[in-house]
Amino acid sequence: MSGIAAPIQPGAVDLAVASSLVVLNAAISAWLGLRMQRQMLWSALRMVVQLLLVGLVLRWVFALASPAATIAVALLMIAAAAREVATRPAHGLRGWAGVWLSTASVGLSSIATVLLALLTVLHPTPWYEPQYAIPLIGIVLGNVLNSASIGLDTFYGGAVNARGAIEAQLVLGATRNEALAPLIRDSVRKGLIPIINQMSAAGIITLPGIMTGQILAGMDPMDAVRYQILLMFLLAGGSGISVTLAVYLAARSITDERHRLRLERLRQR
Amino acid sequence: MGQPRLQVTQLQSPLAGPFSLTLAAGECLTISGPSGAGKSLLLRMLCDLDPNTGEALLNGVPRAAIAAPAWRAAVVYQPAEATWWLPTAAEHFKPGQMQRVMELLPQLNLSPSLLENEIGRLSTGERQRMALIRSLACAPQVLLLDEPTAALDPDSVAAVEALLKKELAAGLALILVTHSAAQARTLGHRGMTMRDRTLTESAP
Repeated sequence: MSGIAAPIQPGAVDLAVASSLVVLNAAISAWLGLRMQRQMLWSALRMVVQLLLVGLVLRWVFALASPAATIAVALLMIAAAAREVATRPAHGLRGWAGVWLSTASVGLSSIATVLLALLTVLHPTPWYEPQYAIPLIGIVLGNVLNSASIGLDTFYGGAVNARGAIEAQLVLGATRNEALAPLIRDSVRKGLIPIINQMSAAGIITLPGIMTGQILAGMDPMDAVRYQILLMFLLAGGSGISVTLAVYLAARSITDERHRLRLERLRQR
Repeated sequence: MGQPRLQVTQLQSPLAGPFSLTLAAGECLTISGPSGAGKSLLLRMLCDLDPNTGEALLNGVPRAAIAAPAWRAAVVYQPAEATWWLPTAAEHFKPGQMQRVMELLPQLNLSPSLLENEIGRLSTGERQRMALIRSLACAPQVLLLDEPTAALDPDSVAAVEALLKKELAAGLALILVTHSAAQARTLGHRGMTMRDRTLTESAP
């Protein structure tokens, strides 16, 4: 074991002790009149139930080890992430266009990066081994969702605010791509900032979650670090693809073939 | 009489219309009417900035046969308040337009040094005249002007009117939305009035 102690498994009592910190938060909220105590307790309860359910589902899917079950779980996770991307920004496309756009950007980027990792880097046997495929898609989705929604939020908000400037270029004969180029660049850039920050802070300011988890679970720190590096690369790739795709599709969606700005296709939340 | 420069028939959007009008090269059509009557909506439809149905021909060529950016570069719309999207006026011009810009600046009593100033440091009147130069630098065939002299002093108004007269003589077709009856008489060959989103012939 080269000096690494066996992992300590927290039991129900240990978790109950730790939960006293959430209760402390709720008490602070009540004391300061923040009115967040209900929200705090409710979200903690939700987290516990959600994670326990996920644990049970994963245990079941791992035992099944069937490609169909793995794909079904992955698609469900993608659908949930796409819904989040469609509803999180302050503005969104009306109707099914928004759902379609977020599913395409989140789905394509996460599937592409996870397949790349499974087929060329990790190659577990079989390649769809759920113990690898599902956690990977989960962590990639979390990042991809963040990048895409930040990118879309910036893009839609910018289009509404800069309507005059965009139309001023269109009336002088600019194409929609020319008129939207600065906003597209700005939106993609904003969507990439979190992953750049995450990479540059990793190890110095923060110990990334996955790595911490693996070290706590008894893995050698250098092995955990290698996993983390691989994941960071995957997350960077996934974020880049998703935000670029999302913003370009959004740019198409709020303009038409006559190069007009069609902000009536957006609704404010 | 050859082909009209601009001919629109039954131009309509959910918000306004139907509008029909014809404009010859070198002709100025003035449009007056109360605020909110639909004058700007008409101009936005003419340059195809808002979705609309109906027929529009430029020199006899249907709008559908012309790519939208090319249509808008030929039928240029200048709103009452022009928006600038880069820090200085100079950055809004393409290199090929600079010679024309340098010719136009003195005609509107503007110093070339203003080109390099921050847009925010220009006065409202300077910005409005600079916007006219920005529109004319595209060498439009039809110019749609929404109150181009609203913020100008009498000397500047005279300079703008003199420049527009010169452009009309050179063949520009102009649709001018103005609240000034004097300006309509000075520049207009024909006049129309917009009331409740309906257009009727009137004296210029």
